[in-house]
Amino acid sequence: MNPLLNALLVLVLALNLFMLGTSRILTVIRMVTLQGILLGVMPLLVHEHAGLSAALASAAAIILKGIVIPFMFIRAMRDVQIKREVEPLIGFLPSMLLGALATGFALVFAAKLPLVGEHTTPLLVPASLSTMFIGFILLTTRAKAITQAMGYLVLENGIFLFGLMLVDAMPLIVELGVLLDVFVGIFIICIIVNHVNRAFSSLDTRRLATLKE
Amino acid sequence: MENVSSIWYVPAAILLHGLSGIPGLFCSRRSTRAPYGAAGLSLAASLLGLFGAFQVMTSHAAPPPLALPFHMIGSEDWSVGMDALSAFFLVPLFLLGGLGALYGLRYWAQEEHPENGRKTRLFWGFCVAGMALLLIARHAILFLLGWEAMALSAFFLVSAEDHLPEVRQSGWIYLVATHAGTLTLFAFFALYYRITGTLNLHPIGGDQAGLGALSALFLLALVGFGLKAGMMPLHFWLPGAHANAPTHVSALMSGVLIKMGIYGMIRFIGFLPAPPASWGVLILISGCLSGILGVLFAIGQHDLKRLLAYHSVENIGIILMGFGLAMIGRSLNRPLWILLGLGGCLLHVWNHALFKGLLFLSAGSVVHTTHTRRIDRLGGLAKAMPWTAALFLVGAVAICGLPPLNGFISEWFIYLGLLHTLNPSPSGWAAISLAVPALALIGALALTCFVKVYGTVFLGRPRSDAAQHAHEAPLSMRAPMLLLALLCVLIGLFPWWVTPMLNQAVAVWMNRPSAPEMNLAQHVPLNLVTVIGVAFFLFAGWISFRLFHSLRRAGGKTSLMPTWSCGYARPTAHMQYTASSFVQALLHLFRGIMRPHEQRPDMHPTFPKEASFSTHVDEPVLDRQILPLGRLLSEWFGKARPIQRGLINEYLLYVLLAVVALLVWTMPLGRLCECLFTR
Repeated sequence: MNPLLNALLVLVLALNLFMLGTSRILTVIRMVTLQGILLGVMPLLVHEHAGLSAALASAAAIILKGIVIPFMFIRAMRDVQIKREVEPLIGFLPSMLLGALATGFALVFAAKLPLVGEHTTPLLVPASLSTMFIGFILLTTRAKAITQAMGYLVLENGIFLFGLMLVDAMPLIVELGVLLDVFVGIFIICIIVNHVNRAFSSLDTRRLATLKE
Repeated sequence: MENVSSIWYVPAAILLHGLSGIPGLFCSRRSTRAPYGAAGLSLAASLLGLFGAFQVMTSHAAPPPLALPFHMIGSEDWSVGMDALSAFFLVPLFLLGGLGALYGLRYWAQEEHPENGRKTRLFWGFCVAGMALLLIARHAILFLLGWEAMALSAFFLVSAEDHLPEVRQSGWIYLVATHAGTLTLFAFFALYYRITGTLNLHPIGGDQAGLGALSALFLLALVGFGLKAGMMPLHFWLPGAHANAPTHVSALMSGVLIKMGIYGMIRFIGFLPAPPASWGVLILISGCLSGILGVLFAIGQHDLKRLLAYHSVENIGIILMGFGLAMIGRSLNRPLWILLGLGGCLLHVWNHALFKGLLFLSAGSVVHTTHTRRIDRLGGLAKAMPWTAALFLVGAVAICGLPPLNGFISEWFIYLGLLHTLNPSPSGWAAISLAVPALALIGALALTCFVKVYGTVFLGRPRSDAAQHAHEAPLSMRAPMLLLALLCVLIGLFPWWVTPMLNQAVAVWMNRPSAPEMNLAQHVPLNLVTVIGVAFFLFAGWISFRLFHSLRRAGGKTSLMPTWSCGYARPTAHMQYTASSFVQALLHLFRGIMRPHEQRPDMHPTFPKEASFSTHVDEPVLDRQILPLGRLLSEWFGKARPIQRGLINEYLLYVLLAVVALLVWTMPLGRLCECLFTR
């Protein structure tokens, strides 16, 4: 059990709730960036004797999630000239409460999971589940495409946290492959965001429903 | 030793047929030679297969089954085997498989159908090979492999012209029907495996299963094979598929493919020990229904190939009547009923393949030159296509069951068998003979229907430009028709030529060696048929000779006059009797069943304007039951539309809810509650 790791996980949980509560997109981007960097550090902390592969995964995660992806988000935001998420489907306070509820559920559920708990800190699984839930909440309650893309990134962060438990078992190539997936996904979304904005003169994904047959 | 080698002919033929379309795939789309290669291979394979089949049928001992050198599923070897019953079905298969390939050379010529010619030839080979495989399979998985190869390649054959929407629709309906049938067969073989513990196909022992399990097997076989055979309520795929397929494919499907359903019924229902008589009665009744309704709905059709397709339903009905009688005979232990019933059933399988193949091929010649299947747009074709007209007439007389052609012989066997139920001490089973008037009704209605078709299509005057400019089919299309017509006449005149093979096949089905009392020739005066038939042909020849002579003496000139037209001064071709008007009285008589939709013109004003009149008869099962049911279901499922609005947020929410529900479900909720609410 690593006290530093635990502290970082608590920070990740707090960032999750903060993300749900703010309307400024730039703030959300900063939160996601910070979360990504924190996650990037974690592989080094999970094991005392972290090898080269952990260092490599860590470096790749920090570069992608801390630098490249936020940069793409900010550019996309500048291109489409929006600053705020104005009309979410669920208000900011209710979604924050929902997030808290999800975190609670994750804690209760993880306690019941039959885990091989040798080297995991007790917070790792709940933090992972809660981050996934909050990613989902962002995806489902926000209307703007760019916020949804961030929800997608948060969701992936949750999966990354879960993967930390398997850092020995999982080959490096899988980790890097997941990161590449995320990168490509976000890259494409950021390009599409611009086109959606031009075609529909809005970033509201609800308007995409007109594409339905 | 000779028998051991004879079993190899059919697998070799299967291989050749299956491969026949493959070289053509590597040839150019414009290559005109590749089709000849495929047809040549098909013909060679058919000759080989026919040789093998006849060798089995004429030798008295069936060759021992041959274990294939591999097995893929289960621990048992896949084996193939031949007996007189398999061989009996192989004969029409290889006959039509070869002749149809020859016919398709000009009918579906590569230069006229560059986009689907190669596909059609490829799947033709696969389809024939699949059918032959299922006929010789002695292992359930091998049987199903052959069955699916046949069913799927037939789907591609039916939807050859897949750029036409109605072809696509019939193809889909066929695919749904055939897969429903295969699913039923899966259930059948699974149950069979549960009862016998083996997938090798052999009769079930009398003590292995109770009546409940056997009845389930019987019903599964009846539905699964009945769907393929086109038995009445399950025939809904058949008219569309037969009408929209290329005509040589229709001939193969109607002549042979639907008979695979009959083969399955005969073979696998024959496996069930001690059948109750009610099974046979059920088969007999469904046979009567198929026969009468099939021919009735045939009368209401305006499409030449669709009409022939309904006649397939009718003939399947006649075949099932024979089989039903044989089943009743088996339950009550009356060998004579079995002999006459199954003999008539099997011979009708051959005969239907011959005359329906002939009818479809001659209809194909008509369609090929006029490019229409609508009966009311044809007319007067006998002058332009004398060969086709004469051959169609042979097929029409045969299908109506008139002597001296082959259709009469098989129906005669069934008549005799049905009448024999009255013969020894009329028990309660004499009621079976009520099927006799049903069979007679079928024959009479079929005659009406073919008088309508022949009169409208070949006699009178052309009703459209297309019919005006028709020309005779080329030799490669006429030759297969000629051969089929010749076989129809031969079986009609010399039925004692086929009865030894029939005896053997019946003996195989009864699981006992061919006994001397099981001889059709003993119970039916076959020689009399030959005498009467030959006398008839001599008489007809003499009459035509005299007519020809008197015409010659009159100057050899025939004058063309319009038909008496009630004194109307300038009759046109459109004023002839149409096919619909010819059968209008019958349609009216049976309007309770047929329910024809008539669109009548409004003739009220003093000077009526241009008007049109049309009638249309629905498909009784597809249009009246299945499609309304489908619409009802889609209406119900349409109520789920609101949850599918195209909003990505909502879809993600569904994913989330599903994940949460699954997580909650895995949680030990009971223990959780205990923890929370107890101290």
